[in-house]
Amino acid sequence: MDFLFVLNNALGVALSPTTAAYALAAIGIGVHFGYAGLLNFGQAGFMAIGAYAFGITTLTLGFPFPLAFLSAVVASVVFALILGIPTLRLRADYLAIVTIASAEIVRYIVSTTGLSDVTGGASGLSAFAGSFQAMNPLPGGSYGFGPWTYSRAEFWVFLWGWGLVAIATVVVWLLMRSPWGRVVKGIREDEDAVRSLGKNVYAYKMQALVLGGVFGSLAGVIFILPRAIQPTNYATTLTFFTWTILLLGGAATVFGPIIGSMIFWVLLVLTEGVIGGLVRADIITFISTTQAGQIRFVLLGLALILLVVFRPQGIFGNKKELSFNV
Amino acid sequence: MSEPTVVTHPLVVGPVGPGCKKVDPIVIADGVVRRFGGNTAVHVEHVEVPRGKITALIGPNGAGKTTFFNLLTGFDKPNEGDWSFNGQNLGNVPAFKVARRGMVRTFQLTKSLGRLTVLQNMLLGATKQPGENVFTALFKPLWKSREEEITTRADDLLARFKLDAKREDYAASLSGGQRKLLEMARALMSEPELVMLDEPMAGVNPALTQSLLGHIKELKNDGTSVLFVEHDMHMVRHISDWVIVMAEGKVVAEGPPETVMDDQAVIDAYLGAHHDTDLGDMIEQKSVAERARRVEAKEASLADD
Repeated sequence: MDFLFVLNNALGVALSPTTAAYALAAIGIGVHFGYAGLLNFGQAGFMAIGAYAFGITTLTLGFPFPLAFLSAVVASVVFALILGIPTLRLRADYLAIVTIASAEIVRYIVSTTGLSDVTGGASGLSAFAGSFQAMNPLPGGSYGFGPWTYSRAEFWVFLWGWGLVAIATVVVWLLMRSPWGRVVKGIREDEDAVRSLGKNVYAYKMQALVLGGVFGSLAGVIFILPRAIQPTNYATTLTFFTWTILLLGGAATVFGPIIGSMIFWVLLVLTEGVIGGLVRADIITFISTTQAGQIRFVLLGLALILLVVFRPQGIFGNKKELSFNV
Repeated sequence: MSEPTVVTHPLVVGPVGPGCKKVDPIVIADGVVRRFGGNTAVHVEHVEVPRGKITALIGPNGAGKTTFFNLLTGFDKPNEGDWSFNGQNLGNVPAFKVARRGMVRTFQLTKSLGRLTVLQNMLLGATKQPGENVFTALFKPLWKSREEEITTRADDLLARFKLDAKREDYAASLSGGQRKLLEMARALMSEPELVMLDEPMAGVNPALTQSLLGHIKELKNDGTSVLFVEHDMHMVRHISDWVIVMAEGKVVAEGPPETVMDDQAVIDAYLGAHHDTDLGDMIEQKSVAERARRVEAKEASLADD
């Protein structure tokens, strides 16, 4: 087993655009759950909406990258409004049920054969990043060093991914230190109290839902830029990965989602490398290499449970400010 | 009414009785009905709340006081009825707009926000904050000056309610009584015209009760009208200018605190619900009230010094 190779892979993934995409999605549910107390269990749906809006407008309508990017934003705003208008007047639990179901509805719609012309059906979409890469101003060659070496095309995605994460982080930080953030945090705890002070709770919840949804949608775009769109990627597991990332870092924190995403991916790649390596080296004999790949997700579920029980505020969170009695 | 003689009062136009017209009402409610299934929780024909006074809303358990409160403040929708505040119709107006118009309430079960600091709780109560708009919130220079203004006001109020030492603490760390104080102080951040307090004394220790009473009286001195729900008759006698009595969803009596408890309808309402109430308790309450009055007079003179 080549341990250096495993370690190199694990460190490399810490800064990969995929890690940035997951961080961005986690920032989105951080706005939803961490600050506004909205239980969004359908972040995969927002990511799918973003990915497909980008892919479809590029391939079917021939939009250039900036327009396709904007379409992803608009689509997620519309999706958030559709989810929010009927549910945000109800208790928090209803939003959880509706979001988890809506994300599944989105996934079934995009993978249906009837829409294959537009969505690609079960095989998804690919080759939509041409316009994006055509905008690439970087000269050829490779960028970075060590485990973080990227080609010209990869580095362009890297810049956009982490750039968007940085922008989202700054926006969240600016909002949460403002009176707007104060209202939203008040709503997280007791809607009626905030209502009695003359705040339009419904409007604030809608704004938070839209904002987090847009981050989720942009995460969807970043996620697909280095790869193809696969409808199977947008299953409920994706939502729970983003939740694990959020809770790992700390739900109501500014840097929690970023660090959470890095730790999540490094651990995932590290455990795969180590367990897979041990199996291949015949040190662990009772499982196959495929099972080795799956066992880390079992461990992931276990980690999520332990986290919620023993450190609900995450790595960075303040326990006084956020525990699980939402 | 069962009283044969016509009673008048300076706050009232015409004779005193349930639903009587006030000289200067701040709230006027007409035909407000709220049913839960087949059970009519509130059925108020007509009631007026006087401006600039402290009005107590009393009645036995299940009389519909809190439900009526919720209806007036937009936290519940009536089946029928209209009511106005300052001459503006408030029927079907959502709760947050009711609050913006200057009618701010507190809750029976205190709703201080435990995961915000005491100061943040206070600032949340202020109105006209440009920083509460999601776009202007991004640019601090746009809301900084207003934030400073309301912070000054919050600090003044916290000092008045003796919570200034707790300014930076999470509200969850306050005692039950301090939370009541915080909730009341927070309601005052918006400079309301009418403060509606739902059982402000419930679960508050006697020492703090005195200070709460003082704060309510201060409100009146500042020109704010107060409507409060209370069980404690001692307190009602002590501070209210006017008493409205509800039983089984209806207004059964009204009057100044000195005489309203003698009303036959009130005695029926209370004794009907509490057969075991000892008359001796009532007498004792009177003497307690007397003592409290003396204590307060002493406090007031000390405060003057």
